[in-house]
Amino acid sequence: MFQSTIANFRKFKPLLYELVSRDIKNKYRRSVLGVLWTILNPLLMMTILSIVFSNIFRFEVQYYPVYILCGQVLYNFFSDSTQAAMNSIIYSAPLLKKVYVPKYMFTLSRIMSCSINIFAAFAALLIVMVVMRVPLHFTMFLSIIPILIMIVFALGTGFILAAVSVKYRDIVHLYSVFLTGFIYLAPVIYPLSIISNPTLQFIIKLNPVTNMLAMFRGFVIYNTMPDLFTVLMAVIPSIVILALGLWVFYRKQDEFILFL
Amino acid sequence: MENIMDNSTNKKDIIIEVNNVSRCFNLARERVDSLKEYFVRKVKGNLHFEEFWALKDVSFTVERGDAVGLIGLNGSGKSTMLKVIAGVLKPTEGSARVSGDVAPLIELGAGFDPDLTARENIFLNGALLGHPRSVMQEAYDSIVEFAELREFMDVPVKNFSSGMNSRLAFSIATIGKPDILIVDEVLAVGDSKFQEKCINRIEEMMAKGTTVLFVSHSIRQVEMVCNKVVWLEHGHLKKYGETKEICEEYKSLYKGMDIR
Repeated sequence: MFQSTIANFRKFKPLLYELVSRDIKNKYRRSVLGVLWTILNPLLMMTILSIVFSNIFRFEVQYYPVYILCGQVLYNFFSDSTQAAMNSIIYSAPLLKKVYVPKYMFTLSRIMSCSINIFAAFAALLIVMVVMRVPLHFTMFLSIIPILIMIVFALGTGFILAAVSVKYRDIVHLYSVFLTGFIYLAPVIYPLSIISNPTLQFIIKLNPVTNMLAMFRGFVIYNTMPDLFTVLMAVIPSIVILALGLWVFYRKQDEFILFL
Repeated sequence: MENIMDNSTNKKDIIIEVNNVSRCFNLARERVDSLKEYFVRKVKGNLHFEEFWALKDVSFTVERGDAVGLIGLNGSGKSTMLKVIAGVLKPTEGSARVSGDVAPLIELGAGFDPDLTARENIFLNGALLGHPRSVMQEAYDSIVEFAELREFMDVPVKNFSSGMNSRLAFSIATIGKPDILIVDEVLAVGDSKFQEKCINRIEEMMAKGTTVLFVSHSIRQVEMVCNKVVWLEHGHLKKYGETKEICEEYKSLYKGMDIR
């Protein structure tokens, strides 16, 4: 079975490429600035958020715009890619009813096309750091590690959402509410130090995204290495989620056609 | 002993083997598509399903190079049968063994992305059928030629007429030499000149050894293309045999009706 899965993947590998390139072409079709938007978008968001949070609510964070942009890069990827993955099977309905195509291709391609955006957003981050004269460290190169962990985490979440939302469309509505709340369950826009309640702080520290953010910011801004707890609490949940996602998707995929 | 050996080599190459295939749909299950409804029904104990057998105990084999027509009235199970053979739908009972590549003629270009140009869609659709980019590059000119759409290749397919759409879809699906070609009602579109061209193309492929599964409401087209016919009625296999006799019987049974 395992071998046939790999043979099947080989056969449909060109499809993955075509689907990713379709996503990217469609995203920037009819926009004058095109791909530049991948860089402009996080820059503009960062500007708004740093104006709001440095004037209305004051957080004592050094290089706050960079701090928030780091959070944005990872969190926006998570939110965009999981939402795209959630709809990947539903949107491919007309096709899945007619042709045999490995279904995970659609979910995987969505996560991959969003992953490409991360690297553009990273370019925006570098621009801001240079402009704000934030010292650049060699640990910057290590920031690929939390990004990869995040991709694994999003992939697993995406597989679960895609499989479940086919049967229960409620998930689509529920998930956007969840995402709005989830941004506050991790220090995306605020520093962890403002949480005074120790129980609450502990809960936030258990969130894998919190730990990915801590690793990422440590590498990019503070030139620090993460402690063991941070690494484990980022890596283990991500792998568990991916395994769970693959299992759920594999178990449910033959049923998809009944609900599309 | 020798005799038996001879027999087995003389036996024609079986490419599709349908063994006692049954497919059941839960009618009620398809209506419960929200979580709330599911739980409400579950609590009320209201969650029993009405079973509907779209196919019941159907068996037949197709030899390499055959052209098999599937006939029957609406709701007789033709499309379900094709879906089972194409691997889109798993049978509830029994098995369908297919040895070779299946190229489905995707109805009206369900595999097209409306926002992409015709040129981009050729590569996307080719990848859906499992062809890598290099193969599509080679086949590109002959596809464009056959579809007679040379001057429209840079137009997004959302601006295409349904005839243009199906011409393009047909041209893409019939490149190369698939082992099995599934033709489901696609010939109902396009003008008669193009229909004739399609039938010629199908016959050309058959001459090269492609096995064809053909579904059409037009008995005349079935008689033109197929050498064998599967007659389905309410999900049961009514008859399987040579085109001529079965079509005669079918026509005489439904004499008063408009089956052309």
